[in-house]
Amino acid sequence: MAKSGNHIVSAPSHGGGHAHEGHHDLEGMRLMGFWIFLITDCILFGTLFATYVVLSGNTAGGPTGAELFEMPGVIAETFILLTSSFTSGLAVLAMNRGDRKGLISWLAVTVVLGAAFITLEVTEFVTLVHEGAKISTSAHWSGFYTLVGTHGLHVSLGLVWMIAIMIQLGRHGINSVTRRKVNVISLYWHFLDVVWIFVFTIVYLLEVM
Amino acid sequence: MWDNIKEFASEFFVTGDPLIYGADVAIVLTMIAIVTALTYFKKWTWLWKEWLTTVDHKRIGIMYVIAALIMLFRGGVDALLMRTQLAMPELEFLNAEHYNAIFTTHGVIMILFMAMPLMFGLFNLVVPLQIGARDVAYPFLNSLSFWLFFFGAMLFNLSFVIGGSPDAGWLAYPPLSGTQFSPGVGQDFYIWGIQISGIGSLMTGINFIVTILKMRAPGMKLMKMPMFSWSVLSSCLTIILAFPILTVTLFLLFIDRYLGAHFFTLDGGGNPMMYINLIWMWGHPEVYIVVLPAFGIFSEVVATFSKKRLFGYKSMVFALMSISVASFFTWAHHFFTMGSGANVNAFFAVTTMIIAIPTGVKVFNWLFTMYRGRLSFPTPMLWMLGFIPCFVVGGMTGVLLSVAPADFQFHNSYFLIAHFHQVLIGGVAFGYFAGLYYWWPKVFGFKLNEKIGKWAFWFWNIGFYVCFMPQYVLGLMGMTRRVSSYGWDRGWYELNLTSTIGGFLMGIGFLFQVWQILHSIKFMEKDTTGDPWDGRTLEWTIPSPAPAYNFATLPTVQEKDDFWEEKQRIAAGGAPRPKPPLEPIHMPRNSGIPIIMSFFFFVAGFGFVWDWLWMIIPGLAGVAVCMLVHSFNYNTDYYIPVEEIKRTEAAAGRAV
Repeated sequence: MAKSGNHIVSAPSHGGGHAHEGHHDLEGMRLMGFWIFLITDCILFGTLFATYVVLSGNTAGGPTGAELFEMPGVIAETFILLTSSFTSGLAVLAMNRGDRKGLISWLAVTVVLGAAFITLEVTEFVTLVHEGAKISTSAHWSGFYTLVGTHGLHVSLGLVWMIAIMIQLGRHGINSVTRRKVNVISLYWHFLDVVWIFVFTIVYLLEVM
Repeated sequence: MWDNIKEFASEFFVTGDPLIYGADVAIVLTMIAIVTALTYFKKWTWLWKEWLTTVDHKRIGIMYVIAALIMLFRGGVDALLMRTQLAMPELEFLNAEHYNAIFTTHGVIMILFMAMPLMFGLFNLVVPLQIGARDVAYPFLNSLSFWLFFFGAMLFNLSFVIGGSPDAGWLAYPPLSGTQFSPGVGQDFYIWGIQISGIGSLMTGINFIVTILKMRAPGMKLMKMPMFSWSVLSSCLTIILAFPILTVTLFLLFIDRYLGAHFFTLDGGGNPMMYINLIWMWGHPEVYIVVLPAFGIFSEVVATFSKKRLFGYKSMVFALMSISVASFFTWAHHFFTMGSGANVNAFFAVTTMIIAIPTGVKVFNWLFTMYRGRLSFPTPMLWMLGFIPCFVVGGMTGVLLSVAPADFQFHNSYFLIAHFHQVLIGGVAFGYFAGLYYWWPKVFGFKLNEKIGKWAFWFWNIGFYVCFMPQYVLGLMGMTRRVSSYGWDRGWYELNLTSTIGGFLMGIGFLFQVWQILHSIKFMEKDTTGDPWDGRTLEWTIPSPAPAYNFATLPTVQEKDDFWEEKQRIAAGGAPRPKPPLEPIHMPRNSGIPIIMSFFFFVAGFGFVWDWLWMIIPGLAGVAVCMLVHSFNYNTDYYIPVEEIKRTEAAAGRAV
């Protein structure tokens, strides 16, 4: 089956138009697979949360979170990320209207907000390290950096991914493939938002209260 | 300069052991032989186009099986080296360090690089055919899963000749696996080898869940699905819930080692028991992940060779699914001695005992399927029959181990070793062998020699009992696991020698299997019918080996064991169901990205092992570029025209 060069392929319009026998709804299946991936990501974060909760407070005589956290920055991060989730929703609405320009613009706004979130988070990490809370300081801080950092890494990957999708939208417009990709990235973005709410509550609020 | 190179080489390569020098020479010679042969026969393009870049589930399945059998060989040699060392008291065949490395690699390879890929191989070879699909849900991802497994396994095995093998046990408990007690790179090879292949396993889990839920032939309701596919579904559900925990656990261990964090260290507020809890939250479900598909295989085999519908279909489904849920609530029985208190231990003791109930239900289902069946005993059925008593005994000793107070006596003794080998060999290995023998004609288009297969079966089966029954007794006599030597005064000598003899009998069984395969290739007995066993399910309706598109026209299903019912109907004078007209078939295009991307993962992993930033960065960058290239590629599929389908079907002797 390697010799496939001369078969004509109707480009990326599956799922919608064709109804070949045995031609499953590919894009629908891919979306479903992404939901299952999100389940696995949930478990991943769940394990990190469990580890953080078990080890939190084990500061080995070093600084505690309550001593070092600066809540205004964290609250700003929170609002920025929540807003970006809202704008990614607006992007999907624009897509459903068939408004490519609106879709790309709202995705761009989401990327900018996400980048602002990452900038604030990196700044926070740098400040914490300067104040003597490194990942190797104690089990408490190991758990903190790993949990919050994994979330930050997810957001950063999401940014690259979102930019790639914006370029593809510019090239191909809104079709069944790009539509699925936008739906997937928006799911991912909302998911990271929900995870952040848990981070905010468990890591920050419970610590400073 | 020269001294620097010499110093680097002595750290980089494993030196000083004649066994390993021998292996070095063998590896280099084999590689030269392979490269020369491929070049001489001009097979490089063929290899790349037909195999390395394939997204065809059948070929990916074959590659999984080949890799798994090679790993079975290495894991088996490890086992025999250990048994040789233990054959007599105070032997000096292996020193203690070498012994530690060997029991570590034996465990890791047998579970993660033998059982898992053999299982994924069978998933790939069978599930799409069995549910009447033309491929898996995500063929590209499927290929990526395989190559991630492959390069993960290569990375792990590389530690044998480069840097030194890990030697902290197959689950690498800290603090032993931390930098303080394992300063070498062996432990990093362990982390990255498993991590890279683990990502592949996770994706396979997702892939097959969607395949089974979304791509079944029209009319095949879930409750009409063949039992093997059910067992794959239950196994994959367990995979997607368990493997993320492994990913995180190894990642945390890596951060401890690489960045000096304090998750599992003894100082800085860390807690090693946290690791042991986490690793078994994955590790216990993992043993069910590998054994559930074996249960599915036995269900297919027993129905086919009893010529009867599987007894208790619904209870079998319920048993499989309830095990995949319950497997998440038993992990602490691996460390009753941790000291978490009577109540916690009681909970995990009871949940462990509860799992015996659905397992028992299955055994009775298989027995009742055979009851009043028209039985025949070719090799797949022999493995099935060997499995039942073996697994029942293994299961019962498991129940003994689950009794928490008694476990304080059994814990980490040879009693435990005998128990888990009995369920893993008697259950998993026998099951996958049964599956390989059963589906071999479908995959390769020829049958395996039955006579040599029977010799292999008896050597394995007798060897198994000779090897492991004495170990139960040794455990009760006080022999603990992982001892590399023992004194003459212990009184363990006769039983250990017996056990070693049994181990070598199984080794001979393996050699018979190799001979069986080679012999059957030479005197090829072709399967022209596509249905050599008088099978019951859809995979037997198509030619052997299956064409690239599997089904020329998609089957429709009305009942359980639809093919069998259809054959009965036609035998009773009914007309075959009309087939729909041929249409062009939509197929995924081959892709080189999976193998290239996995190679970059390997590069990054190797960089992390040695802490070489100059290697980590290009490795990770390569992975990212591969992902983007794939994302921007919209030309991923093609259609097979009707003419080509007609030609292929005619060549296989099928009227269309």
